[in-house]
Order: sequence, then structure tokens, then C-alpha cells
Amino acid sequence: MDAIVQPTRQLVRMRGRSYVAFVFCPVVPIAGWLEEIDATLARSPGFFVGKPVVLDLSAVDLSQTAIAHLVTSLEQRNIRVLGIEGVDAVHLTTSMPPLLTGGRNCMLVQNEPKKPEAKPKPMSLLIESPVRSGQSVVFAEGDVTVLGSVGSGAEIVAGGSIHIYGTLRGRAMAGVNGNSAARIYCQKIEAELLAIDGYYQTAEEIDATLRNRPAQAWLDGDTMKITPLN
Amino acid sequence: MAKVLVVTSGKGGVGKTTSTAALGAALAQMGEKVVVVDFDVGLRNLDLVLGAERRVVFDLINVVQGVAKLSQALIRDKRLDNLWLLPASQTRDKDALTDEGVSSVIADLRTKFDWILCDSPAGIERGATLAMRYADEAVIVTNPEVSSVRDSDRIIGMLDSKTVKAEQGERVEKHVLITRYDSARAARGEMLSIEDILEILATPLLGIIPESQDVLLASNVGSPVTLNNTTSAPARAYTDAARRLMGETVTMMVPVQRKGLMNRLLGRRAA
Repeated sequence: MDAIVQPTRQLVRMRGRSYVAFVFCPVVPIAGWLEEIDATLARSPGFFVGKPVVLDLSAVDLSQTAIAHLVTSLEQRNIRVLGIEGVDAVHLTTSMPPLLTGGRNCMLVQNEPKKPEAKPKPMSLLIESPVRSGQSVVFAEGDVTVLGSVGSGAEIVAGGSIHIYGTLRGRAMAGVNGNSAARIYCQKIEAELLAIDGYYQTAEEIDATLRNRPAQAWLDGDTMKITPLN
Repeated sequence: MAKVLVVTSGKGGVGKTTSTAALGAALAQMGEKVVVVDFDVGLRNLDLVLGAERRVVFDLINVVQGVAKLSQALIRDKRLDNLWLLPASQTRDKDALTDEGVSSVIADLRTKFDWILCDSPAGIERGATLAMRYADEAVIVTNPEVSSVRDSDRIIGMLDSKTVKAEQGERVEKHVLITRYDSARAARGEMLSIEDILEILATPLLGIIPESQDVLLASNVGSPVTLNNTTSAPARAYTDAARRLMGETVTMMVPVQRKGLMNRLLGRRAA
């Protein structure tokens, strides 16, 4: 005995959804307008690919054959017209895209890849080797960090602070662009000269008890203070 | 593969020429084919230290300028078959050296020798920069005193920036050779200690040559100290340094003052 299979009834569900479409507004002469489209395509060939396009014919008065010709011309350029608006329904045949009404203007979101932003300039300079006698490191943009030592007769010039993880035997000039908050830090101070924002002390003026110890220098008003670190 | 080694220092009178001759002779004694090149144009000395001053016909400048062939200018040592000298000109100055000329002479020497030792003039001018320009390795001769150490530091900076190797992003292998080390004065704290020197220069140590009369004596008789008296303290120190250049591991001997009887009796008090 065969069971009669009843086809289950599917409910047709309707949902509303809106999409953003490019709206083309052709103007006469149509041939000239098509040239403009060609020019756009020449600049960026993929510009209209995969984007819905609607023709707004309200600015022109075209016959049925002219509309058909325009649609095929666009199709030849790989532009598929999704619908037409601004035209009397009698001018459209069933083979043409359907008539659309009720479109609203909106902002187009450009999905072009963003230009890589120019890298922000580094605010600090790291030197991993010792700075030798006679070498001069100038970095007006920010801090300078030296992992090695700064030799006697070498100099470090920084717009910001100076950090030296070895022995400072040369000159260190911090805050050269008028940054009085800049400081100089070093693991061992045997400096020939320290300067912050134009205020300086020579080796002779640096307290002998500080020598060979970790120290920092900073500006207190217009006097330079040098104190041991930790 | 030929190695170009520059013996340099920045400061004058620290023992570059003595060291070039001593290291060259030591390497030659070990069977290497060595040429020592005097770059001190106008103030040449290497020919005297090697005792070849009476056999100089053509010199480095003649070769650089194409007046003579390299083979005409090379002088073979009378004691060691595989030690050669390319002398400097005494009548010219350093401006006679050209970058292209030095480059072609060095390239030529590379095909003929195992070691090319360039004796740099003092200073940081043309002669010194051209002497180091094509070096693969550098020996920085330093005396245990602040002025010499600071000048050496300057030279190390130049070796890291002005040589062909540095410009190609490679490194010139650098060694510090401490000369004229006087253990008695070091013990009294009158000289920089080895540790201080190495801390300031942050460069590996090749050897410590003790201050010795033997060095002066050898120079005066026109013989490298490593040939003149092979058992003397400086000769042994130079030979050890040469072995380290060859890649051998040799224990570093810090020269110590031999204590007299009185010192031994009284001397427990380390400085």
C-alpha cells in the first residue's frame, strides 16, 4: 500500500531589504555621455564591477528603441542595469530592466583601499653599539638611547632626553630645541660636558662624589641639578 | 683566502710599525706568506725596522702611479723566505696615494699572499684612512694611557664607518693590542689597567706586549723583535698574538713583575 506523500506547503516569506545603487543620469547627447563612462572605466576598469546600477532617465526624453540601445551599450561595457526610473512605464518592454520608483538619495560609501598613512616619525633613536670618540649623534626629534658607552670626545645631541646604559665619558646635550623638561640619565657618569636646553656644566663643575655612579641631570629653573640615581 | 690586516692606532709612537714587523715576522715563521706594506708615505720606518732600508728601489707610490710593477717594488726578507716588504716613499707625501691605486695594489697583493699587513701612519687623514680602507681585520695598537685609548676609540669608530667592509654593511674584525705595558707602574696605579682599556674600547684583546728594552734593541739592529730574540718576553707576546690571529686559542698572559727577594719577603700587600 502506497502512502500518499503530501507535499508540505512552503510558506513564501517576504522580507524587505534596501541596497545602495549607483544612479546614472544620462544627458544628451547620449554618445557623449557614454564617452564619459568610457573615460571613467579607462581610469579604473573595475569601478562598476559588482555594483548595482540604476538608470535615471528623467533628464532625457528617449524612445523605447533608444532606451533599449542605451541598456545594451552599457551591458557591452559590463555594466548591468538593475532598474530604470524617471520614465513612463509605456516606454519599457518586458525584456528591459524593471521600472523603479521611490528611490531616496544617500551618501555613497567608498570602499577603496585606504592609502597607507605616512608612518609617524619615530620619537626616539636607539643606538646599540658604543658611540666612539669623534662621533656625533644628532637627533633633534626626540630621545636618544645608547646601549653602549659614549666615548671621551664623542657627543650626543637630542631634542628630548638622553639615556645611556653604559658609561658617559663624552658630551651629552639634551633638550636642544628649548625643551627644558629633558633629562640626561646614565649608568656611570664620567661626562666631559652635560647640557640641557642650553644650560651646561663641564666635567670640572660636576661633583666628584658623583663620578662613576649612575646619575641623572635635569633643570630646576635655570640651574642644572645632577643627582645619583637610586 | 688572503687577509688584509691594518695595524693602526690614531696616536703616533705607540708601536704600530714595531707591531707590524713583529706580527708579520711571527706569521711568516708559522709558514704563512706575508707582505708588510708601509703606508706612512713621507715618514717611512718599516724598512728600517725590517733592516731592508738599503735595498729599497721602488716603492708603494711608484706602484700606485704605475711607474713600477709590484714585483719590482716587493723586497724579500733575508732571514725569512716568505716575508716581504712593500716600502713607502720617503720623498712624497700622503696626497700621492689614490683610492683606486691602493685598491688595485691591495687586490694584486691578495692574489700573491696569505696575509697583507698594512702599517698605518698616525692620524686620521688620507694615509690612515687609505691604509684601513680595504682591511678585513684591524689591530688597534694602544698604550695604557688615556690619550692613546681615546685616539684608539676614534679609530675604531672610523673602522666601523669608513672602510669598504663597513660601507657594505659588514664588519671589520677588530683586535686591541696593548703595547708598552709596564706591570710595575700598573701595580702602582700609574697606568690605565687592562680592564679599564677594554671597558672603554669594548673590543676583544689580541695581546699584551710588555715594556721592554728588547723592543728598542731589535729596532736598532733592524730586526723584528720576534726574530731578533725569540725567547724575550715581547717576542713571546707577539708570537702568541700572531697565533690568535691564526685562530688559535692561546691563554692570555698578563705580564707580571718578577719579584725580588726583598719584595717576596715583604710583598704580601697587593696594590
